[in-house]
Amino acid sequence: MATMTMIEAIHQTLREEMTRDERVMLLGQDIGQLGGVFRATDGLQAEFGKDRVVDTPLAEAAIAGSALGLAAAGEIPVAELQFLGFTHQAFHQIGAQIARFRFRSKGRFNAQLVLRTPFGGNVRTPELHSDAFEALFTQTPGLKVALPATAHDAAGMLRTSIRDPDPVLFLEPLRGYRLVRDDVPEGDHTVPLGKARVAREGDDVTIVAWSAAVQVAERAAEKLAADGISAGVLDLRTLSPLDVETLASTVAATGRCVVVHEAPMTGGFAAEVIATLNDECFYDLEAPVARVTSPDTPYPLGALEEQYIPDVERLARTVRSVMELEA
Amino acid sequence: MGVEPQFPPELGETEPASMLNPDGTLVAGQKTDMPPDQIVAALRLMLLGRIFDRRAFSLQRQGRFGTYSPVEGQEASVVGAAVSLDPERDWVAPQYREMAALVRHGLPLENFAMYFMGHPNGGRIPEDVNVLPVQIALAAQLPQAAGVAWALQRQGSDGVVVAFCGDGATSEGDFHEACNLAGVLRAPIVFVVQNNGWAISTPRRIQSASASFAVRGVGYGFPGVLVDGNDLFAVESAVSSAVARARAGDGPTIVETLTYRMGAHNTADDPTRYRSEEERAAWGERDPITRVKRYLAAEGVLDDAGADALADEVEGEIETALQHALDMAPPTASDLFDHTFATDSPRLAAQRQAWAAAAES
Ligand SMILES: Cc1ncc(C[n+]2csc(CCOP(=O)(O)OP(=O)(O)O)c2C)c(N)n1
Repeated sequence: MATMTMIEAIHQTLREEMTRDERVMLLGQDIGQLGGVFRATDGLQAEFGKDRVVDTPLAEAAIAGSALGLAAAGEIPVAELQFLGFTHQAFHQIGAQIARFRFRSKGRFNAQLVLRTPFGGNVRTPELHSDAFEALFTQTPGLKVALPATAHDAAGMLRTSIRDPDPVLFLEPLRGYRLVRDDVPEGDHTVPLGKARVAREGDDVTIVAWSAAVQVAERAAEKLAADGISAGVLDLRTLSPLDVETLASTVAATGRCVVVHEAPMTGGFAAEVIATLNDECFYDLEAPVARVTSPDTPYPLGALEEQYIPDVERLARTVRSVMELEA
Repeated sequence: MGVEPQFPPELGETEPASMLNPDGTLVAGQKTDMPPDQIVAALRLMLLGRIFDRRAFSLQRQGRFGTYSPVEGQEASVVGAAVSLDPERDWVAPQYREMAALVRHGLPLENFAMYFMGHPNGGRIPEDVNVLPVQIALAAQLPQAAGVAWALQRQGSDGVVVAFCGDGATSEGDFHEACNLAGVLRAPIVFVVQNNGWAISTPRRIQSASASFAVRGVGYGFPGVLVDGNDLFAVESAVSSAVARARAGDGPTIVETLTYRMGAHNTADDPTRYRSEEERAAWGERDPITRVKRYLAAEGVLDDAGADALADEVEGEIETALQHALDMAPPTASDLFDHTFATDSPRLAAQRQAWAAAAES
């Protein structure tokens, strides 16, 4: 067991997987000499060489599309897209191509590749760097969408993603890169894709979250505990595949639920969670499921970030109101 | 160029056109069309860029500015292009280092400052100012700029669009698509590719195996010219010719300005991780501002004292703009919702209300 930050966990896992399997290669903007703008690949080009850690021209569509071609011909590419905001430039390659490569070729090809990219707000990045676009990608069947919230999961889920025969969009919370620090097991540590994690036990209400919102949920739960409300936190970890069973059983046990995410409300993944709960455990619910999200507006410039993204206060307030409701 | 050539000579001409030597003398046989007062005005804009950089860095360190990308080293490239335009009828489509071109075109400096302060008013563009917003998504401005040029053409205007982008941005699909479309339409547009040698840590040679960005014009059916981007006169001459060509209905041009990013990519970057001090120092010898100052002094137009006075004046203008920006009332929750649509949908109106209520509680 070693304590490390998320970025260290990601770095270490990349290094170990490259050592284990020489088909694993990295490509992206500024990942070589610089080691990535967040240093996820620091030193890896020096260690593994310029043909395994490749600085590409500045072209997201070419990064994603060539990753697919590399995979088709037997390499295992782990591509870094500098920010989720710039995956739009590659969306046709991701949505229409990578996600359905297996399907279109009747299984002749698969896309064993990982697209790693940081996202999320409250770190005062320039415009277009902060949006939480995860739900765009849950609407692209064939693509797995992984969003670790801890260093433990970042390491374990990244390892699993690299070994997964299907493509994984691996979303890393910018805010957590250096702030989140926890224990990562040594050795061949893996975390399955499609298994939610109970981040905190609670009897009265379940807060469902993923990525950086998990920490917000944990802090809100802490606060609510002081008011005598026992709030549990369920970290979904992956949105595709969705762990319907754990989601439904956890929420059924408390009977109340609040979903929180950084993305705007309309069409956000909370809507999918709520619809799933309606399907799976409607009669166990003691109150309508609520959601705490950003408003349906574009991500603002820095001075308004704190008001945009769900914070502990807003989440706790919503949980309290859900505690007062009756179904 | 004082730095190692990036391409074997057989790949094409990579020697940029120049007019003004680093020592401030004219290259043999060259003469600028810029009258002295226009050169002084251009120097003023170049100083605006350089001095604003310095203030922006210190404000960023104090936590009052967000991430900022400096222009140092590229001032001639930005300003030489800017002064070739008529703000009344022409348009500018910037990337993010072209503040001086935006200000020359009429954008209030305080708006630019507010953008880096994270204030929503930083995005505001006055009605009569023909510029597109600062662009963070690389090359995204280029197809848009081609669209503006297309509209000018449709409307029978003789306006021209100057669209800036970096060497890195040329690798994006949007660059290709914009150039190709503009070529097909013979649209009145000039693509100014500021080749500053680097895209964050990625050196120019990794962006393209092409001998220059200028030669790409051939593939789009229009001319490309390579100029010394640290030479105000050479940039002005090339862009003015390209603008005249576009105005006459003869279509687009690529002007590649060979320059250098003297500073970090932005306030979050550490260039010592990827490039040498020698390379930077060699480009320091070719400083675009020093050159113009030397020329003006030798011509008897502006001596050192005059140049210092000009810098003081610019500094005052920057302080005033920054003060206005810093005095601006902080944004409110309502700013989150403004301008999402022309009118709020009922759902958005409800959210606006909820946010306002939460802000009060
Ligand atoms: C589409 C897109 N991809 C990635 C980025 C991240 N990024 C910001 S600036 C930059 C380098 C830009 O280089 P260049 O176009 O040469 O302009 P310069 O910064 O050198 O002026 C990168 C990769 C971005 N802003 N937009």
